[in-house]
Amino acid sequence: MAEEKKQEFWRWTESNWKDPDMDWRDARFITVGIDVGSVSSQSTIMADGQVFAYANMRTGSDSPDSASNALNYALEATDLPADRMDYCIGTGYGRVNVPFADRSITEIACHARGANFIYGPAVRTVLDVGGQDIKAIQCDGKGKVTNFLMNDKCAAGTGRGMEVFADLLGVSITEVGDRSFEVKEEPAAVSSTCVVYAKSEATGLLRKGWSTEEVLAAYCRAMAERIYSLVERIGVTPEFAITGGMAKNRGVIDRLMPLIGLECMKTKWDTQIAGAAGAALFGYALCQKGKGRKK
Amino acid sequence: MLANYGYKDASGDYFITIDTDRCDGCNNCVGACPANVFVVVDEDPNDPLRDEPVAMVVAEKKKKLKYECNPCKPTSNRPALPCVESCKAGAISHSW
Repeated sequence: MAEEKKQEFWRWTESNWKDPDMDWRDARFITVGIDVGSVSSQSTIMADGQVFAYANMRTGSDSPDSASNALNYALEATDLPADRMDYCIGTGYGRVNVPFADRSITEIACHARGANFIYGPAVRTVLDVGGQDIKAIQCDGKGKVTNFLMNDKCAAGTGRGMEVFADLLGVSITEVGDRSFEVKEEPAAVSSTCVVYAKSEATGLLRKGWSTEEVLAAYCRAMAERIYSLVERIGVTPEFAITGGMAKNRGVIDRLMPLIGLECMKTKWDTQIAGAAGAALFGYALCQKGKGRKK
Repeated sequence: MLANYGYKDASGDYFITIDTDRCDGCNNCVGACPANVFVVVDEDPNDPLRDEPVAMVVAEKKKKLKYECNPCKPTSNRPALPCVESCKAGAISHSW
């Protein structure tokens, strides 16, 4: 029998992190946000509204499992006992499937709040490019939503589309951004952003003799244009920030920002934790108001 | 808050916008819409710290607004939309 070789180019690395200088014993309220998305799941543990630890994982086929895996992965980095948590909020596509959450809040509200935290209060427009949807949100200085739009009917221009492309072209998802700029001349965008049609269009371009980099560039451009057409609907007010996994792909972001005509804000945080961070902050706000868990 | 419910696909933009600052949760739109597109909830899920009733688009209808709203949108002699008419606060608008 031939040996089976399996390579998955779309796989991005899972990670967990803990603030080495923070001790949870000093905190009054420990709140947790769990963001179960369609592709990735995050958990953020906050001590009095500051990030204590977080984890970023892929969502499995079982949402409750993914939720507890994400939490356990974050807890692994710490010495925090699981029963010390004061409040837990579930958010994201699978928010109703977080069995240990005290309540759930939509990802729209959480992403605005989270972006306000990880990018700072100057942020007014948040673009979240998730695994299977795109959210464009405008918010005020406190991270309260003032205008939002979510496209979750069509996966065009989303993270999963990029994963499919990475796999098709045999380019690791983390290299897509840089590789897409290794072209002599920027090609025109592929005409379809629909994941299924774009894939067959790309196969056609490869057959015509296009290089992998050129096809990547053409698809990244198409995604940038697609994302821009959605953001344009609600309008862009500075400062502008991007959350979600796509923020790490400069192939799309560096093509999107000239269309918008603004600079994208920078952050030291992992852009994928915005939703979970927002959820943990809502938990903290509720605890402070005395609306926390009934003891 | 301007809540845009709907989607954009290759055939166009289909969004119903509800201005939640104007909406007082009066339920008029719920009764006026022949396709039952609207629902009034006690708490806006996108604004969890505000405890006021507010109208939103039913989750299952959100991805098929083009078809749900179609009967109210003939190509000629289009009458005023019942949902927009019924809303005294002027909180509802359509993108198409």
